[in-house]
Amino acid sequence: MNITEKILARASGRQRVAPDDVIFANVDKVMVHDVSGPGVIKVFDKLKKQGINVDKLWDPTKVWVAEDHFVPSADKMSAENVIKLSNFTKNYGIEKHFKYGMGQYGICHTLSHEEALVLPGEVYVGGDSHTNTTGALGSFACGLGHTDVAYVLLNGKIWFKVPHTLYFKLNGKLPEHVMAKDFILKIIGDISTEGGAYKTMQFGGSGISEMSVESRLTMCNMTTEAGAKNGIVEPDQKVVDYLTSRGAKNITLVHGDTDAEYEKIYEYEGSEMEPLVAKPFSPENIAIVREAPSVELDKSYIGSCTGAKYEDLEAAAKILKGRTVKIRTEILPASISIYKRAMENGLLKIFLDAGATVGPPTCGACCGAHMGVLAKDEICISTTNRNFPGRMGHVDSQTYLSSPLVAAASAVTGKITDPRDLK
Amino acid sequence: MKGNVIKYARDNIDTDVIIPGQYLKVHDYAELAKHAMEGLDPDFHSKVKEGDFILSGRNFGCGSSREHAPIALTHSGIKAVLALSFARIFYRNAVDGAFLLPIEIDQDAYSDIAEGDQIDIDLKSNQINNLTKNKTYKMKPFSDIIGKIIEAGGLFKYKPD
Repeated sequence: MNITEKILARASGRQRVAPDDVIFANVDKVMVHDVSGPGVIKVFDKLKKQGINVDKLWDPTKVWVAEDHFVPSADKMSAENVIKLSNFTKNYGIEKHFKYGMGQYGICHTLSHEEALVLPGEVYVGGDSHTNTTGALGSFACGLGHTDVAYVLLNGKIWFKVPHTLYFKLNGKLPEHVMAKDFILKIIGDISTEGGAYKTMQFGGSGISEMSVESRLTMCNMTTEAGAKNGIVEPDQKVVDYLTSRGAKNITLVHGDTDAEYEKIYEYEGSEMEPLVAKPFSPENIAIVREAPSVELDKSYIGSCTGAKYEDLEAAAKILKGRTVKIRTEILPASISIYKRAMENGLLKIFLDAGATVGPPTCGACCGAHMGVLAKDEICISTTNRNFPGRMGHVDSQTYLSSPLVAAASAVTGKITDPRDLK
Repeated sequence: MKGNVIKYARDNIDTDVIIPGQYLKVHDYAELAKHAMEGLDPDFHSKVKEGDFILSGRNFGCGSSREHAPIALTHSGIKAVLALSFARIFYRNAVDGAFLLPIEIDQDAYSDIAEGDQIDIDLKSNQINNLTKNKTYKMKPFSDIIGKIIEAGGLFKYKPD
């Protein structure tokens, strides 16, 4: 069995599982945020009317809650949703609630690793499609909707069809100007936004071993854009060190067997990778940066669970140090812990000196909800994960997806720019 | 199950156009319905009728896990989406939440069925009858667990064997 199959076999109390088996997996951790939380509350209300008991959760200690999509609240309805969420966690005795304006908070997927909330080998589900991110820690991490999350909260388990696995092998390190974001865009361009549908996307090879944990998180994050059920990397000492430094204990690593089976193996040479962008209006619409259209950009956005981890900010700072931005540039660290490190290590000063604005952690602009939405015909280069029509604002706005290096280089020139071509 | 077809002859209809991000804060189902498909077809709300079906291409519902997407369509009156394929979370949400039926069709049905056609979906025989064109197409049968969850009326009413 491969790593995903081994985790699902253990979680379903079976010796073995194989692709297409339908199982009920016991869940180790579950996350809701300020969109899925109120959605779950609505499901609970419906269940109550049907006479189903919703007085107690299966295990409140395994649940954690993030305020990320609608903080800082832009309007009354958003503010009310955040209050609903607070009442929910209070009523059900959930202690791990990361509140805006009260110490550590941030984007749910970022908290999952920054706070070591999920450990290798665990089954982790969340009420957000980018829950896949956390598979970089060697866990089975999968996004679900409100009804499914409500089911998990009450029953501690959920059904899955065991996925087939696509294995992406990276031979050798990525060049210095190429980031994990470029590699995952390359893969999505190759297999399409449906190429991983219902499947596991596993990443391995020497290039992945060389990668930092944060880079692996970027890879797994965007498996969602290929339609995958989960993204995963076999855990190693880097993962153990990363989690231990954040307070994790009792880490047990699960590995695939040597005779593990994969539906298909894709191989890539690290040295051949180039900086890429995904053009509007799909993450599969890939172009090499040096061949990208010469459009006048209006905004550079460095934020989100995909592109505002600490190393993403470091990459942007490397470019912006001593330079000035030519277009509106917004940099939003993905959590307060990252924000603080960026402050302590001088990154925020570099950003502000370059003329960029630094904002609080939020999903707001990434999903076109608030905190900097795009106007009609505006064009944005962004370190986020989706560029569907209207994703970041007006339906006639456009988003190019890129790495933080490319987004920062483009902020300096106002055009889509390869970091190697900056003067 | 009889109804008229609203056709979007394209692939990758994503959750951002089914219900744009600005409405994620809305949890009133009737209010969500008013904004269904707003990102692609601003006339959808005025033209959709109770019992209608949507017909579309591959990877319908790709993108976010927002259950707002099947909710907005269902509360607009849509009883089923017929598509060449579905993104996984949209599919699960539709079935587990007992919202609309996600029905996988083949290229023949996709090409042949037109906007406004009246069709009759027969889940017992897995057939789609086009009453306007007097033609019949096959639908992909639901897998075992999906069929059982649909029959039970959603995941909470489903009793695992």
